Amino acid sequence: MLCHMKTSSPSAYHLAQVNVGVLRAPLSDPSMAGFSTRIEPINALADEAPGFVWRLVGEGEEDATGLRPFGDALLINYSVWEDVESLWNFTYRSEHLELLRGRREWFEHLREAYLALWWVPSGTIPSVEEAGRRLDLLRANGPTPEAFTLRTSFPPPADRVPHTR
Amino acid sequence: MDDSSIDAARTLGDPVRRRLYEYVAAAGGEVSRGQAADALGLQRTLAAHHLDRLADAGLLEVTRRKVSGREGPGSGRPAKLYRRSSRDLSLHLPPRDYELAAHVLAEAVERHGAEEALHAAAREEGRRIGAEHREEALPDLLRARGYEPEGGGGVPGPSTPPGDGGAEAGTEGGDVRLRNCPFHTLAETFPPLACGMNLELLRGLLEGRGEDGARARMDSRPGRCCVVISKNNTH
Repeated sequence: MLCHMKTSSPSAYHLAQVNVGVLRAPLSDPSMAGFSTRIEPINALADEAPGFVWRLVGEGEEDATGLRPFGDALLINYSVWEDVESLWNFTYRSEHLELLRGRREWFEHLREAYLALWWVPSGTIPSVEEAGRRLDLLRANGPTPEAFTLRTSFPPPADRVPHTR
Repeated sequence: MDDSSIDAARTLGDPVRRRLYEYVAAAGGEVSRGQAADALGLQRTLAAHHLDRLADAGLLEVTRRKVSGREGPGSGRPAKLYRRSSRDLSLHLPPRDYELAAHVLAEAVERHGAEEALHAAAREEGRRIGAEHREEALPDLLRARGYEPEGGGGVPGPSTPPGDGGAEAGTEGGDVRLRNCPFHTLAETFPPLACGMNLELLRGLLEGRGEDGARARMDSRPGRCCVVISKNNTH
């Protein structure tokens, strides 16, 4: 897997984000065109968004749609951001919101949590196994500082050097 | 019911203050004492007095900033700038809590994955509202619903003051932008759900008036409503 990484920012912690989705049909299916044609522009938007640090892409690929580490049915989206605010603004206050609005058309409804956040030391890239572990933690315990959500988020660990901007 | 909401309501009881509040709100950014006084034809000291009363009541927020371009003695003193407070104030008598109800209902819709039903219900409600208000000008109807429309040509927008937000306010290719989200706290907590509902409401509202619902589209940006209504081609 390749990493697209921007120059590191001075904060001590960065925010890792993983979300998974069960596709209603293969990406090549015409019913999925509304989603599949948007993957590239939305990824480009993320790459340029303030606070974006890294996202998972398959080797020799532009995105992570070919990677199915949690099973063939589960699409994974995995990224690192400078803070909660930058991820929130990209997720909900950009063209990405339109994608979320229509997600029921392309993705099965999941009863369990499908998006997990946690803090990583800045400059490090978390593993796919770690992402699975954090999703499991969130599903087992609800939001905690170890695995949380955009609606219920936690500040970065305070026992380290406070981050300065 | 909290005392601060009653204080705020009482503060707005004064007609001059009410006009000042509406002016600052419509400006969409920071306003200086001089700008407010000039816009409303008030003496500067009177405007300053009422602006500070509005700030005391929590209706406006104050920042102090050195205004560029001033030189010489006294230029070092930062000017007081006023913007609408981001705090929500509500006054329901008898006490009601529709917001809590809305959050619980939104949580239920999300857990059940019932977004399609929500969208359909919102579209129908919007059509009903639109049909009831066919004769009203669209900007007036949007204003009455709390959207604070601006731009779109023919929609009287506020004069744009310099400062934050000034550059973003106004028209963009004739689109009607909506400065306020009537469902703000819900939209902050459940963005895709609340914004999706809002879009369907507005599409329905246009359709109910016999206009093209597709004119309303999602265009989410920080600090304003997630929907924009494109230029009116029908009349």
